[in-house]
Amino acid sequence: MSTDQWLGLFTGVLFGFFLQKGRVLRFEKQVGAMLLKDMTILKFMLSAILVGMVGIHFLADAGVIALSHKPMNLGAVLLGGALFGAGWAVMGYCPGTSIGALGEGRWHAIFPVFGMVTGAALYAELYPFFKSTVYAWNDLGKIGVAESLGVSFWVVIPVFWAGVVALFIWFEKKGL
Amino acid sequence: MKSKISDGGWSPYLAGALAGLLAIASAYATTHWLGKTSYLGASTTFVRAAGLLEQTLAPERVAANAYFTKEKVKVDWQFMLVLGIFIGSLAASLSDGSFKVEGVPPVWRDRFGTSVWKRAAGAFLGGIIAMVGARMADGCPSGHGLSGMMQLSVSGFAALGMFFGVGVLVAALVYGRRHS
Repeated sequence: MSTDQWLGLFTGVLFGFFLQKGRVLRFEKQVGAMLLKDMTILKFMLSAILVGMVGIHFLADAGVIALSHKPMNLGAVLLGGALFGAGWAVMGYCPGTSIGALGEGRWHAIFPVFGMVTGAALYAELYPFFKSTVYAWNDLGKIGVAESLGVSFWVVIPVFWAGVVALFIWFEKKGL
Repeated sequence: MKSKISDGGWSPYLAGALAGLLAIASAYATTHWLGKTSYLGASTTFVRAAGLLEQTLAPERVAANAYFTKEKVKVDWQFMLVLGIFIGSLAASLSDGSFKVEGVPPVWRDRFGTSVWKRAAGAFLGGIIAMVGARMADGCPSGHGLSGMMQLSVSGFAALGMFFGVGVLVAALVYGRRHS
């Protein structure tokens, strides 16, 4: 195996370990969040985002790593996001967690995996159509929240932290 | 604060924070060793897996497809990352005894019964819709949610908002009112 494959594997093993230990790989946790009664997956995701956000921007600020925003293509992100949300609710897993769920013995997660591989093949067939329609509507480009607001990301990050910590306190108060 | 964690699992805040540290280390490591900053993600791997499978049946069709050409059908860094998730989860679940062979998830069973085929059909259809959506939006809860939001990308916030917002609506329709 090449360096990139080894590095990916090593990173993935740790990621899978943390996902499993945080108990976010369960169907009932995923759907529980969407039924607004168990916020385990949001606690996990937002904690990862809070910590990651500081380090990523520190390294990017120092010129060590590069930020890589995904394009804010309005039609694609909103319509694609809606389709994903609908499918996510029914299958109860996202792409990464479906594979993790297989690892902890929940073999029924193979059906979402089959569906998603099929969906990817279907998307590859439909791509020319989407490119001339959905993607052509309105592309705002690869934009960041801080630049869009005209402020430094060191202003946005503390505000984001404050909001998320308040949300965490509320989750715990409500026993979610 | 009531503790829901009594089965050897970690607090989701702790596990998530560790995943955040991993995301930072990974961004650094990919830049340092691979020469290009890569962020955690998963859904592009399903495109590559589809391409690899399709290649065994119709290689010329894959070679001629614009999307497969764009995303490159190969076992790359992210593909191995996704395989790694399986191994890490297996190791973690075996280490604390939470590994469990399960054919139908409990919440689904309460609503739709014990039929594996019903679950298979629902999950398969859901999977197709979700992956078409993820590829259209160019990311999933890992790529857009974790990686996008930690970079403060506008698309990350918009995508996770749509994922979760529509997920809440559809979950309410599919699974009915709150289970007690």
